[in-house]
Amino acid sequence: MSSEACAIIVGAGHGGSELAVALRDQGWAGRIVLMGNETPLPYHRPPLSKAYLAGEANEQSLLLRAEAAYERAQVERWFGVRVEAIDRARHQVTLSDGRELQYHKLALATGGRARTLPASMLSQPCGNVHVLRTLADAEGIRKQLSAGARLVVIGAGYVGLEVAASASKLGLNVTVLESAPRVLARVTAPEISAFYEQAHRQAGVDLRTHMQVEQLEMDSQGRQVQSVRCADGSVFPADLVIVGVGQLPNVELAQAAGLAVDNGVVVDEFTTSSDPDIVAIGDCSNHPSALYGRRIRLESVPNALEQARAAAATLCGKSKAYNAVPWFWSDQFDLKLKMVGLSQGYDQMVLRGEPASRSFSAFYLQGRRVLAVDTVSRPQDFMLAKRFVGERIEVDPAPLADESVSLKSLLPTSH
Amino acid sequence: MPTIVFIEHTGATHRVEAPVGQSAMQAAVNAALPGVLGDCGGSCSCATCHGYVDETWLSRLPPAESTEVDMLDCALDVKENSRLTCQIRLTQDLDGLVIHLPNSQI
Repeated sequence: MSSEACAIIVGAGHGGSELAVALRDQGWAGRIVLMGNETPLPYHRPPLSKAYLAGEANEQSLLLRAEAAYERAQVERWFGVRVEAIDRARHQVTLSDGRELQYHKLALATGGRARTLPASMLSQPCGNVHVLRTLADAEGIRKQLSAGARLVVIGAGYVGLEVAASASKLGLNVTVLESAPRVLARVTAPEISAFYEQAHRQAGVDLRTHMQVEQLEMDSQGRQVQSVRCADGSVFPADLVIVGVGQLPNVELAQAAGLAVDNGVVVDEFTTSSDPDIVAIGDCSNHPSALYGRRIRLESVPNALEQARAAAATLCGKSKAYNAVPWFWSDQFDLKLKMVGLSQGYDQMVLRGEPASRSFSAFYLQGRRVLAVDTVSRPQDFMLAKRFVGERIEVDPAPLADESVSLKSLLPTSH
Repeated sequence: MPTIVFIEHTGATHRVEAPVGQSAMQAAVNAALPGVLGDCGGSCSCATCHGYVDETWLSRLPPAESTEVDMLDCALDVKENSRLTCQIRLTQDLDGLVIHLPNSQI
Protein backbone atom coordinates (compact mmCIF):
# COMPACT_ATOMS: atom_id res chain seq x y z
CA MET A 1 0.00 0.00 0.00
CA SER A 2 1.53 3.22 -1.13
CA SER A 3 1.73 6.15 1.22
CA GLU A 4 1.39 8.28 -1.89
CA ALA A 5 -2.07 6.96 -2.63
CA CYS A 6 -4.93 9.37 -2.14
CA ALA A 7 -8.46 8.37 -1.21
CA ILE A 8 -11.10 11.03 -1.67
CA ILE A 9 -14.44 10.71 0.08
CA VAL A 10 -17.18 12.87 -1.41
CA GLY A 11 -19.77 13.53 1.26
CA ALA A 12 -19.21 14.07 4.97
CA GLY A 13 -22.39 12.70 6.49
CA HIS A 14 -22.79 9.51 8.49
CA GLY A 15 -21.29 7.34 5.73
CA GLY A 16 -18.43 9.62 4.77
CA SER A 17 -17.31 10.26 8.34
CA GLU A 18 -17.38 6.57 9.23
CA LEU A 19 -15.55 5.63 6.04
CA ALA A 20 -12.82 8.17 6.68
CA VAL A 21 -11.82 6.69 10.04
CA ALA A 22 -12.57 3.08 9.09
CA LEU A 23 -10.30 3.43 6.08
CA ARG A 24 -7.38 4.42 8.29
CA ASP A 25 -8.32 1.61 10.68
CA GLN A 26 -8.24 -0.90 7.85
CA GLY A 27 -4.71 0.09 6.92
CA TRP A 28 -4.91 2.80 4.28
CA ALA A 29 -1.45 4.35 4.41
CA GLY A 30 -1.94 7.26 2.04
CA ARG A 31 -3.90 10.49 2.17
CA ILE A 32 -7.55 10.45 3.15
CA VAL A 33 -9.43 13.56 2.11
CA LEU A 34 -12.99 13.92 3.39
CA MET A 35 -14.98 16.47 1.41
CA GLY A 36 -18.39 17.79 2.31
CA ASN A 37 -20.59 20.62 1.10
CA GLU A 38 -21.81 21.44 4.60
CA THR A 39 -19.67 23.58 6.89
CA PRO A 40 -19.95 21.91 10.29
CA LEU A 41 -18.01 18.81 11.23
CA PRO A 42 -20.06 15.69 10.44
CA TYR A 43 -23.03 15.40 12.74
CA HIS A 44 -25.92 13.09 13.67
CA ARG A 45 -28.95 13.76 11.49
CA PRO A 46 -31.67 11.79 13.35
CA PRO A 47 -31.79 14.17 16.32
CA LEU A 48 -32.53 17.11 13.99
CA SER A 49 -36.24 16.25 14.06
CA LYS A 50 -36.25 15.44 17.75
CA ALA A 51 -33.75 16.51 20.42
CA TYR A 52 -32.44 19.43 18.38
CA LEU A 53 -35.88 20.94 17.85
CA ALA A 54 -36.62 20.42 21.53
CA GLY A 55 -33.56 22.47 22.41
CA GLU A 56 -31.87 19.46 23.98
CA ALA A 57 -29.01 19.29 21.50
CA ASN A 58 -26.74 21.76 19.75
CA GLU A 59 -24.13 21.57 16.99
CA GLN A 60 -21.42 20.50 19.40
CA SER A 61 -23.42 17.75 21.05
CA LEU A 62 -24.51 16.44 17.65
CA LEU A 63 -21.03 15.81 16.26
CA LEU A 64 -20.46 12.25 15.14
CA ARG A 65 -16.95 12.44 16.47
CA ALA A 66 -14.75 15.20 17.85
CA GLU A 67 -12.31 16.96 15.52
CA ALA A 68 -9.49 15.25 17.39
CA ALA A 69 -10.71 11.89 16.11
CA TYR A 70 -10.12 12.98 12.50
CA GLU A 71 -6.75 14.42 13.46
CA ARG A 72 -5.78 11.16 15.11
CA ALA A 73 -6.78 9.24 11.97
CA GLN A 74 -5.00 11.80 9.78
CA VAL A 75 -8.12 12.58 7.82
CA GLU A 76 -7.92 15.86 5.91
CA ARG A 77 -11.15 17.84 5.99
CA TRP A 78 -12.36 20.00 3.10
CA PHE A 79 -15.73 21.26 4.26
CA GLY A 80 -18.02 23.87 2.81
CA VAL A 81 -17.00 22.95 -0.73
CA ARG A 82 -18.91 21.11 -3.39
CA VAL A 83 -17.41 18.57 -5.77
CA GLU A 84 -18.60 19.69 -9.18
CA ALA A 85 -17.22 16.97 -11.42
CA ILE A 86 -15.37 13.68 -11.51
CA ASP A 87 -13.01 12.98 -14.40
CA ARG A 88 -12.66 9.23 -14.19
CA ALA A 89 -10.12 8.92 -16.98
CA ARG A 90 -7.81 11.34 -15.23
CA HIS A 91 -8.78 10.19 -11.72
CA GLN A 92 -9.48 13.72 -10.72
CA VAL A 93 -12.21 15.67 -8.97
CA THR A 94 -12.95 19.34 -9.54
CA LEU A 95 -14.39 21.45 -6.76
CA SER A 96 -16.70 24.45 -6.71
CA ASP A 97 -13.80 26.69 -5.64
CA GLY A 98 -11.78 25.64 -8.68
CA ARG A 99 -9.43 23.28 -6.89
CA GLU A 100 -8.65 19.93 -8.44
CA LEU A 101 -7.39 16.81 -6.71
CA GLN A 102 -6.16 13.47 -8.01
CA TYR A 103 -7.43 10.27 -6.47
CA HIS A 104 -6.37 6.66 -6.54
CA LYS A 105 -9.63 5.62 -4.99
CA LEU A 106 -12.86 7.57 -4.70
CA ALA A 107 -15.84 7.07 -2.44
CA LEU A 108 -19.24 8.58 -3.10
CA ALA A 109 -21.13 9.18 0.13
CA THR A 110 -23.24 12.00 -1.21
CA GLY A 111 -26.43 10.94 0.53
CA GLY A 112 -29.65 12.54 -0.49
CA ARG A 113 -31.44 15.85 -0.44
CA ALA A 114 -34.92 16.62 0.73
CA ARG A 115 -37.47 16.71 -2.05
CA THR A 116 -39.00 20.16 -2.35
CA LEU A 117 -42.52 21.14 -3.31
CA PRO A 118 -43.18 21.62 -7.01
CA ALA A 119 -43.33 25.17 -8.33
CA SER A 120 -47.07 24.83 -8.86
CA MET A 121 -47.47 24.63 -5.07
CA LEU A 122 -44.85 27.17 -4.07
CA SER A 123 -43.35 29.40 -6.70
CA GLN A 124 -40.49 30.90 -4.67
CA PRO A 125 -38.37 30.06 -1.64
CA CYS A 126 -39.93 31.43 1.46
CA GLY A 127 -38.72 32.14 4.98
CA ASN A 128 -41.38 30.15 6.78
CA VAL A 129 -41.36 27.04 4.58
CA HIS A 130 -38.70 24.45 5.33
CA VAL A 131 -37.52 20.99 4.41
CA LEU A 132 -35.50 19.10 6.98
CA ARG A 133 -32.29 17.37 6.09
CA THR A 134 -29.44 19.51 7.34
CA LEU A 135 -28.44 21.28 10.51
CA ALA A 136 -29.00 24.57 8.68
CA ASP A 137 -32.59 23.49 7.92
CA ALA A 138 -33.11 22.54 11.57
CA GLU A 139 -31.66 25.84 12.79
CA GLY A 140 -34.10 27.72 10.59
CA ILE A 141 -37.01 25.68 11.88
CA ARG A 142 -36.06 25.89 15.52
CA LYS A 143 -36.05 29.69 15.43
CA GLN A 144 -39.68 29.62 14.32
CA LEU A 145 -41.02 27.10 16.82
CA SER A 146 -43.04 28.96 19.40
CA ALA A 147 -45.89 27.77 21.56
CA GLY A 148 -49.20 28.61 19.93
CA ALA A 149 -47.77 28.96 16.44
CA ARG A 150 -49.66 27.10 13.73
CA LEU A 151 -47.51 24.49 12.06
CA VAL A 152 -48.59 22.66 8.94
CA VAL A 153 -46.55 19.57 8.13
CA ILE A 154 -46.81 18.31 4.59
CA GLY A 155 -46.10 14.59 4.41
CA ALA A 156 -46.60 11.94 7.07
CA GLY A 157 -43.44 9.90 6.65
CA TYR A 158 -40.86 9.62 9.41
CA VAL A 159 -39.63 13.20 9.12
CA GLY A 160 -43.11 14.68 9.04
CA LEU A 161 -44.38 12.63 11.97
CA GLU A 162 -41.30 13.21 14.10
CA VAL A 163 -41.47 16.94 13.51
CA ALA A 164 -45.19 16.89 14.30
CA ALA A 165 -44.52 15.07 17.57
CA SER A 166 -41.68 17.40 18.55
CA ALA A 167 -43.62 20.55 17.71
CA SER A 168 -46.72 19.35 19.47
CA LYS A 169 -44.69 18.79 22.64
CA LEU A 170 -43.43 22.36 22.33
CA GLY A 171 -46.99 23.66 22.33
CA LEU A 172 -47.52 24.44 18.66
CA ASN A 173 -50.85 23.81 16.96
CA VAL A 174 -49.94 21.09 14.54
CA THR A 175 -51.70 19.94 11.39
CA VAL A 176 -50.30 17.10 9.29
CA LEU A 177 -51.43 16.71 5.68
CA GLU A 178 -50.82 13.37 3.99
CA SER A 179 -51.90 12.69 0.42
CA ALA A 180 -51.98 8.90 0.82
CA PRO A 181 -54.86 7.09 2.52
CA ARG A 182 -52.68 6.48 5.56
CA VAL A 183 -49.46 7.58 7.24
CA LEU A 184 -46.18 5.70 6.77
CA ALA A 185 -47.89 4.03 3.80
CA ARG A 186 -44.61 3.25 2.12
CA VAL A 187 -43.18 1.25 4.99
CA THR A 188 -45.75 -0.26 7.33
CA ALA A 189 -48.95 -2.25 7.51
CA PRO A 190 -52.32 -0.49 7.76
CA GLU A 191 -52.65 -1.51 11.42
CA ILE A 192 -49.43 0.33 12.29
CA SER A 193 -50.52 3.36 10.28
CA ALA A 194 -53.79 3.40 12.20
CA PHE A 195 -51.94 3.15 15.50
CA TYR A 196 -49.75 6.11 14.70
CA GLU A 197 -52.63 8.17 13.37
CA GLN A 198 -54.43 7.63 16.63
CA ALA A 199 -51.34 8.38 18.73
CA HIS A 200 -50.87 11.71 16.98
CA ARG A 201 -54.53 12.64 17.23
CA GLN A 202 -54.57 11.74 20.91
CA ALA A 203 -51.68 14.14 21.37
CA GLY A 204 -53.68 16.90 19.72
CA VAL A 205 -52.23 16.78 16.23
CA ASP A 206 -54.81 17.47 13.51
CA LEU A 207 -53.80 14.67 11.18
CA ARG A 208 -55.51 14.51 7.76
CA THR A 209 -55.01 11.72 5.27
CA HIS A 210 -56.29 11.65 1.64
CA MET A 211 -55.31 15.33 1.68
CA GLN A 212 -53.64 16.58 -1.49
CA VAL A 213 -51.94 19.94 -1.13
CA GLU A 214 -52.59 22.23 -4.05
CA GLN A 215 -50.97 25.49 -3.14
CA LEU A 216 -49.21 27.39 -0.41
CA GLU A 217 -50.87 30.80 -0.26
CA MET A 218 -48.76 33.87 0.35
CA ASP A 219 -49.60 36.77 2.63
CA SER A 220 -50.53 40.19 1.25
CA GLN A 221 -46.89 41.27 1.02
CA GLY A 222 -46.05 38.08 -0.86
CA ARG A 223 -43.19 37.21 1.49
CA GLN A 224 -44.46 34.56 3.88
CA VAL A 225 -46.83 31.68 3.45
CA GLN A 226 -50.00 32.24 5.40
CA SER A 227 -52.04 29.17 4.54
CA VAL A 228 -52.04 25.82 2.76
CA ARG A 229 -54.88 25.11 0.33
CA CYS A 230 -55.82 21.53 -0.55
CA ALA A 231 -57.52 19.97 -3.54
CA ASP A 232 -60.78 19.49 -1.67
CA GLY A 233 -60.94 23.22 -0.98
CA SER A 234 -59.81 23.05 2.67
CA VAL A 235 -57.53 25.87 3.73
CA PHE A 236 -55.21 25.54 6.71
CA PRO A 237 -53.76 28.75 8.17
CA ALA A 238 -50.05 28.42 8.85
CA ASP A 239 -47.31 30.39 10.55
CA LEU A 240 -44.80 27.72 9.63
CA VAL A 241 -44.77 24.95 7.03
CA ILE A 242 -42.46 21.96 7.11
CA VAL A 243 -42.25 19.71 4.10
CA GLY A 244 -41.37 16.05 4.48
CA VAL A 245 -42.15 14.47 1.13
CA GLY A 246 -39.20 12.24 0.62
CA GLN A 247 -35.57 12.24 -0.34
CA LEU A 248 -33.81 12.32 -3.67
CA PRO A 249 -30.47 10.52 -3.81
CA ASN A 250 -27.59 12.77 -4.84
CA VAL A 251 -26.51 10.83 -7.92
CA GLU A 252 -25.94 13.68 -10.36
CA LEU A 253 -22.18 13.64 -9.92
CA ALA A 254 -22.04 9.91 -10.61
CA GLN A 255 -24.40 10.20 -13.53
CA ALA A 256 -22.38 12.97 -15.18
CA ALA A 257 -19.25 10.91 -14.68
CA GLY A 258 -20.79 8.00 -16.57
CA LEU A 259 -21.23 5.60 -13.65
CA ALA A 260 -24.15 3.18 -13.63
CA VAL A 261 -27.02 4.88 -11.81
CA ASP A 262 -30.47 3.43 -11.20
CA ASN A 263 -32.29 4.53 -8.05
CA GLY A 264 -28.89 5.34 -6.65
CA VAL A 265 -25.31 4.68 -7.68
CA VAL A 266 -25.23 1.02 -8.63
CA VAL A 267 -22.71 -0.98 -6.62
CA ASP A 268 -21.97 -4.64 -5.94
CA GLU A 269 -21.88 -6.37 -2.58
CA PHE A 270 -18.44 -4.91 -1.92
CA THR A 271 -19.74 -1.35 -2.52
CA THR A 272 -17.81 -1.11 -5.80
CA SER A 273 -19.47 0.89 -8.56
CA SER A 274 -19.21 0.32 -12.30
CA ASP A 275 -15.75 1.88 -11.98
CA PRO A 276 -13.27 -0.35 -10.11
CA ASP A 277 -11.69 2.65 -8.38
CA ILE A 278 -14.95 4.09 -7.11
CA VAL A 279 -17.18 2.89 -4.27
CA ALA A 280 -20.53 4.30 -3.22
CA ILE A 281 -22.19 3.99 0.16
CA GLY A 282 -25.20 5.07 2.17
CA ASP A 283 -28.39 6.78 1.03
CA CYS A 284 -26.99 7.37 -2.47
CA SER A 285 -26.16 3.75 -3.18
CA ASN A 286 -28.17 1.03 -4.90
CA HIS A 287 -26.83 -2.27 -3.65
CA PRO A 288 -27.73 -5.96 -3.83
CA SER A 289 -29.53 -7.49 -0.90
CA ALA A 290 -28.77 -11.16 -0.55
CA LEU A 291 -31.52 -11.34 2.04
CA TYR A 292 -34.25 -10.13 -0.30
CA GLY A 293 -32.84 -11.20 -3.64
CA ARG A 294 -33.15 -7.75 -5.15
CA ARG A 295 -31.36 -4.43 -5.30
CA ILE A 296 -32.25 -1.85 -2.73
CA ARG A 297 -31.51 1.73 -1.79
CA LEU A 298 -31.87 2.36 1.92
CA GLU A 299 -32.34 5.67 3.68
CA SER A 300 -30.89 4.52 6.94
CA VAL A 301 -28.09 5.48 9.29
CA PRO A 302 -27.11 1.90 10.18
CA ASN A 303 -26.86 1.10 6.48
CA ALA A 304 -24.55 4.05 5.87
CA LEU A 305 -22.28 2.95 8.70
CA GLU A 306 -22.17 -0.71 7.72
CA GLN A 307 -21.55 0.08 4.06
CA ALA A 308 -18.80 2.48 5.12
CA ARG A 309 -17.07 -0.36 6.97
CA ALA A 310 -17.42 -2.69 3.99
CA ALA A 311 -16.09 0.01 1.64
CA ALA A 312 -13.08 0.60 3.89
CA ALA A 313 -12.23 -3.08 3.67
CA THR A 314 -12.73 -3.11 -0.10
CA LEU A 315 -10.56 -0.06 -0.63
CA CYS A 316 -7.81 -1.73 1.37
CA GLY A 317 -7.90 -4.77 -0.85
CA LYS A 318 -9.93 -7.01 1.44
CA SER A 319 -13.14 -8.67 0.31
CA LYS A 320 -15.90 -8.39 2.85
CA ALA A 321 -19.34 -8.61 1.31
CA TYR A 322 -21.93 -6.28 2.76
CA ASN A 323 -25.07 -8.14 3.74
CA ALA A 324 -26.34 -6.53 6.92
CA VAL A 325 -30.01 -6.74 7.84
CA PRO A 326 -31.68 -3.38 7.21
CA TRP A 327 -32.96 -1.68 10.32
CA PHE A 328 -34.33 1.73 11.23
CA TRP A 329 -35.76 3.62 14.13
CA SER A 330 -38.20 6.48 14.65
CA ASP A 331 -39.06 8.12 17.96
CA GLN A 332 -42.39 9.95 18.22
CA PHE A 333 -43.75 11.03 21.62
CA ASP A 334 -42.97 8.20 24.04
CA LEU A 335 -43.22 5.63 21.27
CA LYS A 336 -39.99 3.99 20.22
CA LEU A 337 -40.51 2.45 16.82
CA LYS A 338 -37.66 0.15 15.81
CA MET A 339 -37.94 -1.74 12.56
CA VAL A 340 -36.02 -4.65 11.12
CA GLY A 341 -36.09 -5.65 7.48
CA LEU A 342 -38.24 -4.67 4.52
CA SER A 343 -41.84 -5.83 4.47
CA GLN A 344 -42.70 -5.52 0.77
CA GLY A 345 -44.35 -8.71 -0.44
CA TYR A 346 -45.70 -9.87 2.91
CA ASP A 347 -48.82 -11.99 2.85
CA GLN A 348 -49.65 -11.97 6.55
CA MET A 349 -49.06 -9.59 9.40
CA VAL A 350 -49.10 -11.01 12.93
CA LEU A 351 -49.52 -8.74 15.92
CA ARG A 352 -47.79 -9.61 19.16
CA GLY A 353 -49.18 -7.66 22.07
CA GLU A 354 -51.91 -5.04 22.13
CA PRO A 355 -51.46 -1.76 20.27
CA ALA A 356 -53.61 -0.13 22.95
CA SER A 357 -50.84 -0.85 25.46
CA ARG A 358 -48.45 1.22 23.29
CA SER A 359 -45.99 -1.69 23.37
CA PHE A 360 -46.37 -4.31 20.67
CA SER A 361 -44.74 -5.83 17.63
CA ALA A 362 -45.86 -6.58 14.09
CA PHE A 363 -44.33 -9.51 12.24
CA TYR A 364 -44.53 -9.45 8.44
CA LEU A 365 -44.56 -13.00 7.09
CA GLN A 366 -44.18 -14.38 3.62
CA GLY A 367 -45.34 -17.93 4.05
CA ARG A 368 -43.46 -18.98 7.20
CA ARG A 369 -40.55 -16.65 6.64
CA VAL A 370 -40.27 -13.48 8.70
CA LEU A 371 -39.57 -10.73 6.18
CA ALA A 372 -39.61 -7.83 8.61
CA VAL A 373 -40.71 -6.78 12.08
CA ASP A 374 -41.95 -3.43 13.35
CA THR A 375 -41.57 -3.08 17.12
CA VAL A 376 -43.14 -0.32 19.16
CA SER A 377 -41.46 0.19 22.51
CA ARG A 378 -40.39 -3.47 22.52
CA PRO A 379 -36.59 -3.42 22.48
CA GLN A 380 -36.26 -7.13 23.20
CA ASP A 381 -38.52 -8.07 20.32
CA PHE A 382 -36.45 -5.73 18.16
CA MET A 383 -33.14 -7.36 19.05
CA LEU A 384 -34.55 -10.85 18.49
CA ALA A 385 -36.21 -9.71 15.28
CA LYS A 386 -32.77 -9.06 13.80
CA ARG A 387 -32.10 -12.78 14.13
CA PHE A 388 -35.48 -13.88 12.79
CA VAL A 389 -35.07 -11.71 9.74
CA GLY A 390 -31.33 -12.07 9.21
CA GLU A 391 -31.28 -15.83 9.59
CA ARG A 392 -34.50 -16.28 7.59
CA ILE A 393 -35.98 -18.22 10.48
CA GLU A 394 -39.28 -19.86 9.68
CA VAL A 395 -42.13 -19.72 12.15
CA ASP A 396 -45.78 -20.48 12.51
CA PRO A 397 -47.94 -17.40 13.03
CA ALA A 398 -49.69 -18.68 16.16
CA PRO A 399 -46.74 -18.69 18.57
CA LEU A 400 -45.71 -15.25 17.32
CA ALA A 401 -49.04 -13.88 18.41
CA ASP A 402 -48.98 -15.77 21.70
CA GLU A 403 -47.21 -13.79 24.40
CA SER A 404 -47.00 -16.84 26.66
CA VAL A 405 -44.54 -18.27 24.13
CA SER A 406 -41.19 -16.50 24.37
CA LEU A 407 -39.70 -15.32 21.09
CA LYS A 408 -36.36 -16.76 22.17
CA SER A 409 -37.90 -20.22 22.26
CA LEU A 410 -38.78 -19.90 18.58
CA LEU A 411 -35.17 -19.49 17.59
CA PRO A 412 -33.28 -22.60 16.48
CA THR A 413 -31.34 -24.01 19.44
CA SER A 414 -28.26 -24.73 17.36
CA HIS A 415 -27.28 -21.08 17.82
CA MET B 1 -12.86 17.31 33.29
CA PRO B 2 -13.54 13.75 34.44
CA THR B 3 -11.45 10.93 33.08
CA ILE B 4 -12.76 7.53 32.00
CA VAL B 5 -10.41 4.57 31.94
CA PHE B 6 -11.28 2.26 29.04
CA ILE B 7 -9.59 -1.12 29.03
CA GLU B 8 -9.65 -3.02 25.74
CA HIS B 9 -10.06 -6.78 25.72
CA THR B 10 -6.34 -6.95 24.93
CA GLY B 11 -5.53 -5.16 28.16
CA ALA B 12 -4.55 -1.94 26.39
CA THR B 13 -5.64 0.93 28.60
CA HIS B 14 -6.80 4.38 27.51
CA ARG B 15 -7.43 7.34 29.79
CA VAL B 16 -9.98 9.55 28.11
CA GLU B 17 -10.99 12.99 29.35
CA ALA B 18 -14.51 13.99 28.55
CA PRO B 19 -16.81 16.83 29.57
CA VAL B 20 -19.48 16.45 32.24
CA GLY B 21 -22.75 15.49 30.53
CA GLN B 22 -21.16 13.59 27.67
CA SER B 23 -21.90 9.89 27.40
CA ALA B 24 -19.16 7.33 27.91
CA MET B 25 -19.95 6.05 24.40
CA GLN B 26 -19.32 9.44 22.79
CA ALA B 27 -16.09 9.80 24.76
CA ALA B 28 -14.94 6.45 23.41
CA VAL B 29 -15.96 7.28 19.84
CA ASN B 30 -14.20 10.64 20.01
CA ALA B 31 -11.07 8.86 21.17
CA ALA B 32 -11.51 6.37 18.30
CA LEU B 33 -11.30 3.43 20.68
CA PRO B 34 -11.71 0.06 19.06
CA GLY B 35 -14.54 -1.88 20.61
CA VAL B 36 -17.23 0.83 20.79
CA LEU B 37 -19.45 1.67 17.84
CA GLY B 38 -22.52 3.57 19.00
CA ASP B 39 -24.28 3.31 15.65
CA CYS B 40 -27.59 4.79 16.71
CA GLY B 41 -25.91 7.86 18.10
CA GLY B 42 -26.85 7.15 21.69
CA SER B 43 -30.58 6.67 21.34
CA CYS B 44 -30.51 3.22 23.00
CA SER B 45 -31.50 1.57 19.72
CA CYS B 46 -28.60 -0.65 18.70
CA ALA B 47 -26.58 -2.08 21.63
CA THR B 48 -23.28 -1.53 19.79
CA CYS B 49 -21.88 0.59 22.61
CA HIS B 50 -21.89 -2.26 25.07
CA GLY B 51 -19.26 -2.16 27.81
CA TYR B 52 -18.50 -3.87 31.12
CA VAL B 53 -18.38 -1.47 34.03
CA ASP B 54 -15.67 -2.36 36.52
CA GLU B 55 -17.08 -4.01 39.67
CA THR B 56 -15.75 -1.19 41.83
CA TRP B 57 -17.86 1.33 39.94
CA LEU B 58 -21.00 -0.58 39.07
CA SER B 59 -23.05 0.40 42.10
CA ARG B 60 -22.04 4.05 41.78
CA LEU B 61 -23.90 4.43 38.49
CA PRO B 62 -27.56 5.28 38.31
CA PRO B 63 -29.34 2.01 37.48
CA ALA B 64 -30.25 1.16 33.92
CA GLU B 65 -33.73 2.14 32.81
CA SER B 66 -36.06 -0.41 31.28
CA THR B 67 -35.21 0.23 27.61
CA GLU B 68 -31.50 -0.24 28.31
CA VAL B 69 -32.20 -3.38 30.34
CA ASP B 70 -34.26 -4.81 27.50
CA MET B 71 -31.69 -3.94 24.83
CA LEU B 72 -28.88 -5.42 26.94
CA ASP B 73 -30.74 -8.64 27.40
CA CYS B 74 -30.11 -9.45 23.76
CA ALA B 75 -26.66 -7.93 23.29
CA LEU B 76 -23.54 -9.98 22.65
CA ASP B 77 -21.76 -11.64 25.64
CA VAL B 78 -23.81 -9.98 28.33
CA LYS B 79 -22.52 -10.19 31.89
CA GLU B 80 -23.63 -8.93 35.30
CA ASN B 81 -21.72 -5.70 34.85
CA SER B 82 -22.87 -4.99 31.29
CA ARG B 83 -24.13 -1.50 30.48
CA LEU B 84 -24.84 0.41 27.30
CA THR B 85 -22.25 3.16 27.48
CA CYS B 86 -24.48 5.64 25.65
CA GLN B 87 -26.66 5.66 28.75
CA ILE B 88 -23.83 6.52 31.13
CA ARG B 89 -23.63 10.30 31.49
CA LEU B 90 -20.43 11.65 32.94
CA THR B 91 -20.44 13.57 36.17
CA GLN B 92 -17.48 14.83 38.22
CA ASP B 93 -18.22 12.00 40.68
CA LEU B 94 -17.49 9.49 37.95
CA ASP B 95 -13.94 10.74 37.51
CA GLY B 96 -11.81 7.61 37.11
CA LEU B 97 -14.69 5.39 35.97
CA VAL B 98 -13.32 2.11 34.62
CA ILE B 99 -15.03 0.41 31.69
CA HIS B 100 -13.86 -2.81 30.05
CA LEU B 101 -14.53 -3.12 26.34
CA PRO B 102 -15.61 -6.27 24.56
CA ASN B 103 -13.75 -7.83 21.68
CA SER B 104 -16.53 -7.00 19.26
CA GLN B 105 -19.87 -5.23 19.20
CA ILE B 106 -21.29 -7.25 16.32
